[in-house]
Amino acid sequence: MTTKTPSKLEKILASGQLAVTSEVGPPRGSNPKHLEEKANIIRNHVDAVNITDNQTSVTRLCSLAACIRLKLMGLEPVLQMVTRDRNRIALQSDILGAASFDIHNILCLSGDHQSFGDCATGQNVHDLDSMQLIQTVRRMRDEGKFLGGADIDRPPRMFVGAAANPFADPFEIRVMRLAKKVAAGVEFIQTQCIYNLDKFELWVKMARDRGLTEQVHIMAGVTPLKSAGMARYMKNRVPGMDVPDEVVKRIAGVPKEKQPEEGIAICVETIERLKTVPGVHGFHIMAIEWEEKVPEIVERAGLYPRPQV
Amino acid sequence: MIVADKKPIEEIIEAVRPYGRLLILGCNECVTVCEAGGKKEVGVLASALRMYFLNQGQEKRIDEVTLERQCDHEYLEEIRDRIDNYDAVLSLACGVGVQFTAEKYLSKPVLPGVNTCFLGVTEKRGLWTERCQACGQCILAYTAGICPVSRCAKRLLNGPCGGSTKGKCEISKDVDCAWQLIVDRLKALGRLEDYEKLFSIKDWSTDRAGGPRKVVREDVQI
Repeated sequence: MTTKTPSKLEKILASGQLAVTSEVGPPRGSNPKHLEEKANIIRNHVDAVNITDNQTSVTRLCSLAACIRLKLMGLEPVLQMVTRDRNRIALQSDILGAASFDIHNILCLSGDHQSFGDCATGQNVHDLDSMQLIQTVRRMRDEGKFLGGADIDRPPRMFVGAAANPFADPFEIRVMRLAKKVAAGVEFIQTQCIYNLDKFELWVKMARDRGLTEQVHIMAGVTPLKSAGMARYMKNRVPGMDVPDEVVKRIAGVPKEKQPEEGIAICVETIERLKTVPGVHGFHIMAIEWEEKVPEIVERAGLYPRPQV
Repeated sequence: MIVADKKPIEEIIEAVRPYGRLLILGCNECVTVCEAGGKKEVGVLASALRMYFLNQGQEKRIDEVTLERQCDHEYLEEIRDRIDNYDAVLSLACGVGVQFTAEKYLSKPVLPGVNTCFLGVTEKRGLWTERCQACGQCILAYTAGICPVSRCAKRLLNGPCGGSTKGKCEISKDVDCAWQLIVDRLKALGRLEDYEKLFSIKDWSTDRAGGPRKVVREDVQI
């Protein structure tokens, strides 16, 4: 096993063990209490914690500051970074800021369009796209160079990740797109929430057939459904989401007060099934404002205790 | 062409209110094609303003002229001998015409009568859509003739993003995903493998990021 960074997440994945990450959305204010509470709930059950970057384009406490808070609490953060809001100067600057606090994981994203958020009339930047951000971090890390060519004093040591959505359209290029991200230098992938397991497994198989799963660690994304309403909302309203009718039917088929429990059961079964899929190297549990359920999901899915590396 | 849209009449009324003698200056080029600022629109706007100010009991002289173009010296010169008859010019040309008229007649207030929108095409009468952001570095050869800079909401050079659903952009079901169009066209051309070419980091200095741009052609200068 060879690793390129001090990232614990990288070590676990490199060791061949299934890694587990989760995510925390920073607050819409400067009070860190809630963030710290959420992080404390999951700290023993995950290897690293993603901090979202103004997710759904809603202005929040910055991902970098929240990552530093986690780091100071002794947790391993994954800095999510979208290219929507910063040009290449600001992106590189924030990467250095994170590196100065020894933040060792980054997830490179383009970000939701700003029209979804609280600044719908704002300007977006997109100086780079997610693949170019991957290339930027790799260049900074591996060559010790800024995009402008100058040397970096103490280059960042970051394990480089990106997202993949096997369910977005067009399906026929989803694996080609993964191949592009691999070519750009991505080292781990966290996927969109998986409800359509057949389609996901087909995507992984196609990636496997191209040898991509040997080159990148794929972490399957899961989100426990809280209710039939949430399932319908995700099916109909969230772009790029694939929630099959049978999933909606299953959760709608139990009484309202039992639906959260059913959602957890679906989530655990999803992990159980995907654990056996070659090429799946871990799980990214996105329990949106439901962090208290993450330990239960991790335990019931047989992913606890977490390995020490 | 440059596509423009009419400004709301209320906004124009407020802008021209202080001026007793007004020249409405149309343009025979792009704004005529997109039916925002040609001779016909000059006439309609002039009538509407006359009626409004008449009803308000305000005396106003409103004249109409439509030039071949407002982005060339020679055509703008055509109003030089009469420009002093007016207190202000309401230009129905694009922002280029408004500015060039103002540069030419520095002492005259030149007001915009349209909102300049984008470089686009007439899909059908009454529907104009964007095709180009004039970034100064054309990549259409590599994207099957479909521009992701102007047609992807995130200007992604390596799209589509995860929000593409059923061929539509995440911002609206009415907006085509530019990368879906690119992929479809690549497939039709038998070149889908071109999709895997990684676009390197773009030099935006030829875009507006490089400041106001100019094209110098010494070979055609006289």
